[in-house]
Amino acid sequence: MNEFPPEFDPARLIQTMSKNGHNKLIGTRYHAHGQGWCELALPYSETLVTDTASGILASGPIFTLMDMATSLSIWLKTGTFQPQATLDLRIDYLRPARPGNTVIGHGECYHVTKSIAFIRGHAHDGDPEKPIAHVAGTYFFTASA
Amino acid sequence: MKTSFSPYAQTMGFEEQRDADGRLVIAMPYSDGVRGRPGFVHGGALAGLLETVAYATLSEALGEDDRPVIKPVNVTATYMRGAVEMTTYARATIERLGKRIANIEAIAWQDDIEKPVAMAQINVMLDRSRG
Repeated sequence: MNEFPPEFDPARLIQTMSKNGHNKLIGTRYHAHGQGWCELALPYSETLVTDTASGILASGPIFTLMDMATSLSIWLKTGTFQPQATLDLRIDYLRPARPGNTVIGHGECYHVTKSIAFIRGHAHDGDPEKPIAHVAGTYFFTASA
Repeated sequence: MKTSFSPYAQTMGFEEQRDADGRLVIAMPYSDGVRGRPGFVHGGALAGLLETVAYATLSEALGEDDRPVIKPVNVTATYMRGAVEMTTYARATIERLGKRIANIEAIAWQDDIEKPVAMAQINVMLDRSRG
C-alpha cells in the first residue's frame, strides 16, 4: 500500500482526474473534502439534460457524480491508494435537480474491510437539507483477492 | 419506432440498434468521454447507458398514444466485469408495466452477451397527471 505523501492534496487529484475521460465530459469539479468524505460539484449543462423542454438534468450524470465522490471517499478514509472497482451502487432519486443549479455530491466511506469498502452519500442542488438523491453501495479492492 | 435521444444521450454518443429479434439495443462506442480508470469504461457511463436503454424500451412499450412522464425512482447497478476499450451494448426487459410503476432490468455487454459487464434494476414512476 502507498501511504499518502504529507503534501497529498485531494483537490489537485480530482482536478487532474477531471481533465480527461468521463469526468471531463460530464464536468465534475472538486468542492470539499474531509476525513472519509468528499464533495464534488456538477455544474449545470444543457448537454446533460434528459429533455430539452424541461431542462432537467439526466440521471446518468448524477450517478457518475456520486460514483466518483463515493469512490474518492474511500481513499480519504483509508489514507491509501488501493485499486478498487464498484461492486454495486444504488441511487434513489428523491426529486429532479432544478434546471440551472449546480449539483453537489457528498460521498462518505463509513466502513472498510480487507476486501470491501461500504459507502453512502447524497446529492443536493443548493440546500444540503433538501437532498435530490441518496446513494448506497460497495466497492471491492481489486488487489485484495 | 425511432428512439429520440436526449441531449445527454447524444453527448454520450449513444447509437440505436436492433438485434435479430427487432429488440432495441443501444450501443455506446468507446471514447475518451466514457473512460474511467485507464483502459476501462467509467461505471457512471455504464449506469447512464443502462438507464437510457431502460427508459427507451419502456417508452416503446407504452406506444405512441400513451405518453406519461417517466420519472426515475431508483437504480441499482451491479458491476460484474471491467468494461474495456470497445463498444458496449445494452438492452432492457420490462419485468412489469403497471399503471403507475414499471420495473425494468437492463444488462450491458461487450463482445459476448453471455458475459455481461453490468446490469441494473430500475424502478420508475409513470406520471399521467399532466395528460
